[in-house]
This record gives sequence, structure tokens and C-alpha cells, in this order.
Amino acid sequence: MSSLQFVGVAVAFMSLLGIFLATVLVVANRWLFVFEDPRIDEVEDLLPKANCGACGTPGCRPFAEKLVKGEVDPGLCTVNSKDTNKVIADFLGVELGKHEKRVARLACAGGAHVAHIRASYDGMKSCRAAHLVSGGGKGCAWGCLGMGDCATVCTFDAIHMDKHGLPVVDTEKCTACGDCVDVCPKDLFEIHPVSHRLWVACRNREFGDQAETQCEVICTACERCSVDSPEGLITITGNLAIIDYRKNRLASKVAIERCPTGAIVWLEPDGRISKGRDAKQVIRKTALPVG
Amino acid sequence: MSFLSLFRRHKTFSHGGIFPVEHKELTAGLAIRRLPFAPLMVVPLAQHKGAPAVPLVAVGQEVVRGEPIARAEGHVSVPMHAPATGRVKAIELWPTAEGPRAPAIVIDVYEAASQEVLYQDEVDVMRLTPQAIVDAVKDAGLVGLGGAAFPSHVKLRAPEGKRIHTLLVNGCECEPYLTCDHRVMLEQTDALLRGIRIVLRATGAERALIGIEDNKPDAVAAIATRLADDPVIRVQAIAAKYPQGAEKMLIESLLDQQIPEGGLPVDLGVAVYNVGTLAQIGDLLPSGRGLIERVVTVSGPGVGKPGNYLVPIGTPVSFVLEQDGVDGDANEVILGGPMMGMTVASLDVPVTKGVSGIVVYARGDQDQQARFVFPCIKCSRCVEACPMHLNPSMLGQLAQKRDYARMESDFHLNQCFECGCCAYVCPSNIPLTQYFRIAKAINRERPVSTE
Repeated sequence: MSSLQFVGVAVAFMSLLGIFLATVLVVANRWLFVFEDPRIDEVEDLLPKANCGACGTPGCRPFAEKLVKGEVDPGLCTVNSKDTNKVIADFLGVELGKHEKRVARLACAGGAHVAHIRASYDGMKSCRAAHLVSGGGKGCAWGCLGMGDCATVCTFDAIHMDKHGLPVVDTEKCTACGDCVDVCPKDLFEIHPVSHRLWVACRNREFGDQAETQCEVICTACERCSVDSPEGLITITGNLAIIDYRKNRLASKVAIERCPTGAIVWLEPDGRISKGRDAKQVIRKTALPVG
Repeated sequence: MSFLSLFRRHKTFSHGGIFPVEHKELTAGLAIRRLPFAPLMVVPLAQHKGAPAVPLVAVGQEVVRGEPIARAEGHVSVPMHAPATGRVKAIELWPTAEGPRAPAIVIDVYEAASQEVLYQDEVDVMRLTPQAIVDAVKDAGLVGLGGAAFPSHVKLRAPEGKRIHTLLVNGCECEPYLTCDHRVMLEQTDALLRGIRIVLRATGAERALIGIEDNKPDAVAAIATRLADDPVIRVQAIAAKYPQGAEKMLIESLLDQQIPEGGLPVDLGVAVYNVGTLAQIGDLLPSGRGLIERVVTVSGPGVGKPGNYLVPIGTPVSFVLEQDGVDGDANEVILGGPMMGMTVASLDVPVTKGVSGIVVYARGDQDQQARFVFPCIKCSRCVEACPMHLNPSMLGQLAQKRDYARMESDFHLNQCFECGCCAYVCPSNIPLTQYFRIAKAINRERPVSTE
């Protein structure tokens, strides 16, 4: 055989092999074809891709799948602006859906100017680390340690620490993703719809004077809020006022008026925090001394 | 001691470990002395691992020293006994060394009381059945006195299908400053050996090995003299190296065996007891009394009168420090040793069953200097120091990325027992142990994956 014949055999063999494999691919493509709605990709492109989980799905792609299937409303995404969500709703031809904005709220008002510090913590600057060393140096064992693990973990820059070392949630930026809820070693964050205006900014479980030795803005379990408000709205459980948000429509400012410490507050729609008229005024600006 | 013995190497664990400055000379030569009774005693209901005890007394009730005041709740729990004669002032939340306030029985101690222990019921322990001994140990409220505070009776019984053949007695006391176990071995040798024989009977083990670090030759000699040539109990000196006193390290040093990952000593047929616990078993069981006091080393640069004290359980730390000449300059108070102990945030915290020492640093001590954390330079000193063959450097970097799940799944985070060797040797001052403790805390909180 001449060398030309060798080349001819090789070319022929490779061509046949190519045709055979191409056939396999064509058949496989037909048999194993999975139809994926092209709208999923387009919807996903319109989502923020933060994968924050606030909507209740593991990320933006699964949320897009659910949107296209019509299982959820576009309004459920709290990270997107209303306009973008409207674009998604128009694209899919569905209603935007009514979803109330939810935000993270801190159940502590014991900044450095009102909460007593019994020991100064001098270790790694992290609430988690401080919590592991005897619960941190704060007099109140339930209170915010103020080292800003929540501000660090927040993907949306919605939490910053104020001058008294308490995290402040920016309700505009907050998407209710819940990262701060997970990271806080004292479990002080809760996700609430913005319509929940009545809020107990304390978790202390001690009674009366004993509680007041630890912090000036503290729930002393005096029961005034509970007595003043409609029955069942506020109950005192384990020396702490607990609001039953199923009865939220009964909530009014009357509950906060006689609170002696200002631990129960009314969160105004414009972001201000209203305390009752009997609440002790906090004039001090600087931090309390250690001890 | 012969000249040749200078060259003899004592057994030790195979990898890692450190040699921190011991500072034991401050208290090693001081005999155990009794501390006065504090005017107020606080007995937390959860001073052991497991379910908290349930109070048996009411507010206002008079209690006599040694009387049971709380009963055990379930199997992994122990009862509490009144540390002093007095009146129950309150049952309320009280600061604990762990942080969260927890329920405790507060007793106003009668000043003029003789503080005699009237609650006792003498028994011949060696005639009891093994099960009766287990019950007696539980009734005495005994927990691991080395620091872990795990109920002692739970370890006496091997689970179905397993058998305990060897009892290891932990007399290492590898933490700096602490000398309470050392003094117990010297002064309560008889009680210790009685305790060992009781536990041998309860567990059915054939032999007991007492492991003592070779920096305590007097303790080794004292026990060896008392044992003569006992066929069952043997004492062995092992190298002084931190963390020799950790359960897993001691087993490796004495038996050349390693516990499989996630396993317990009983998987190897071994039970490990601290000398303090065994001395208490030997002391309390024959008289039928409960655990109401323990030996605590009070030491450190901030202490005026360091020493080993017999402290009633429930004495507030502030009272102990006041008695031992600690002035207002105390800057850091650690319950336990400086390597693994708990820094307390409140001096109202009482001495509990698991507190082996109180170490006090004054303001301006060398160890207190503020430290700046540098980036990891991959020098691998932590890898060499880790007695559990882990890679703390890698674990630390994952912790910084908050990849806690991977730390557990790929890098055996749960094998870490937080001895602190890695952070001790780190030239960059990286708080590795703190990272690992945070990671473990977060992993514990995470819901178990259903996948």
C-alpha cells in the first residue's frame, strides 16, 4: 500500500467515527432533552443575584423558577426595587402581589450610655468571641455586646453602629435576609413587618430593681403596658413584656405611655422612635464607667 | 534518683504539645488549708454537664451542712448538697462563669454555726454491688473535678456490648499555676487509693494506671511507697508537657492507643478519672456524704497569699480573693488554669464543682499586654503544636471566611478540644482557639441538614 492509501483509510475511518458520534449526540439530544423555560434566565437576570434568602428560597435562581411557575409573586423579592419587580411582573404577565416590607429589629436599647458594664472585655473584637468569655462584660446578660458582628455580616450595608455601640438598622436598605438574626450570639434580632409598630426593646429576664441595676432602659416587668393595652396584646412572661403580634391591629401608643424606663417603644413610619411620656429621660451622652 | 535517670525519657503523646512556664513553685509546696465560710453561699443548679438539678428546698427553709438541697434530673445529672448550715435566702438567677445567668440556691450562712457535717451514713463500700456503688457516686453529687464537671457515675458503667478493662488515673495537672491535684496526691494518698479500689470494683476493670507528670516526683514517690508492689495499681511518671492531662493525650501516653474520631475512652475499654475525683470518691463514699467542698489553687501574679485551699462549693469568688490578699488591682480572674480556664466577668460567680483553680493577673502583668494580630505567615508552628494532628492554620483561614461547615466536614474541627497550643505558639498572635470556639458555637446552632 502506498502512503496515499494509508491516508485515505485514516480519513475514511475518522469521518465514519465522526458521523457515528454525531448521530449519537443528535439522538441523545432528542431523547434526553429537558425543556427549560427561557423565561427563567430572563427573570433571573432581573433579580438582584444577592442570594440572600429573604424570599424563602435558597437563592435567586430557585426564586426565578418559582416565579415562572407562578408559585410566588414578584413582590416577594425585598432586595429589588419596586420598579424592577414591576418589570418582572409585566414580563410574566402576573400581579406584583402585595407583600409588606419586613425589616430586622434589635431587642435591646442598652447602649454604652445607659447599660452598666461590669467588666471590660479586652479580647478579639467580635460579639461571638466576647459572648464565649463569660457572656461578655455587660452587666445585663441578655444585652447587645456592641462589637458589630451584625454590621460586619450584613451584605446590604443596612446596619451601622451608633455612638453608643448599638446597631441601627437602615429600614430602607434592610431586606430581611436574616443574616444578623443568625450571627447575633444573644439572639437579639427579629424580622418583623414594618406594620408592627409596637416593640419591646429589651430581653432582660430579671425583675424590678434587680433589673434596673444592670441598665437604665430595661423591662422591669412592672406590667403597666400590659394593663393599659387591650387584653391579651401584651403579656408578662418570665419578667418580660411579650407582644402578641397576632393582635397587632389592637396595638396603639397607649401601651408605651406609662413605661417608666422606655423599654417599650413605638416605631414611627418615618423612622423615629417614640417613647412614652413617663419614660425616664436619658441625658447622659458619654459611656458609663466600668464596674 | 540515680544519675542514669536523668537521661531516661518518660513516655508522652506522639505529636504536638507545648512547654509553657509552669509557675507551680508558687503553691506546690503549700499544704491544703481550709478557707473560712463566706456569709453568703450560692449553689448553681447547673454546675455539671447535663440536666440541671431540681431544688428540694423552699425559700426561707433552714438547711444543715451536707443536706441534699437539689436532686438529680435524669441520668446525666447529679444532686447538690448544702455547703454550709444556714437559711435559704432565695432561689434566683445568678451570674455564672459561662455567661448567661442561671438559677441558683442562695444560702445565708449562720455565723455561729459549728458547720459540722451531720448528714452521713457509714457504709462498707467494698461490700456493695457495682450498681450500688454507681448509685452512691451519683448520690454524692460527684462530677469530674479536673474541670470538665462531667457526672462521674455515668462513666462507671460501660454501655451495652462494651467492657472497661483499664482505669486511668489522671494526675498530670498540666495547666500552669495549678497544684491542687499535686497536693491531693501528697496529702490524701490513702483516700485516692481507696477511691481507685472503689472505682475498680464498680467498673470491673482489671488494672489501674496512675499517670503523673515527671515534674511531680514527690507525688510519684508518695504513691509508689504506699502501693509497694500492688499487682493491680501501678504508678507511672510521664513527660511534663502541655496538654498531657487531656483525656485523649493521657490515653496515648500511657497505652499508646488513640481514640477513634468521635469516639469515647470506653470504646478502647478505658475509663479516665482525675485524682481529685477519686480522692473524693474514696473520702465521701465510705461515710455516705455529699460533695460540699473541693481543693482550689489560688495563684497568679495578682494574689498576695497564693495557696491551695479547701473551699466550700458555692463560695463567691470575690470572698476567696478577699481572703487571699487580692487587692483592687486584679485585672483578670480566671477560673481553672490560664490555658483552658474561663475568665469571669463578675466576681459574684461562685466556686463550683468544676473549678480547680483561680488565677489572678494584676494590672500591668506581662501576659496582659495588648496584642496586635498580624496575618498568617504559614509558618506551620500551630500544625506542629496541635496534639490532635489538626491543621489550625487552615482552620483559622476558613474561620475568617466564615466557612464553618467546611471546617467541620473537611478539617475535623470537632476533634479540637480547645487546648490553646496553636494560639500559644502563633507568632502572628492570631486568636485561633477563639475562632474555633466561635465556629463550634455556630455549627451547633445550625439546623442539622436533612439532605
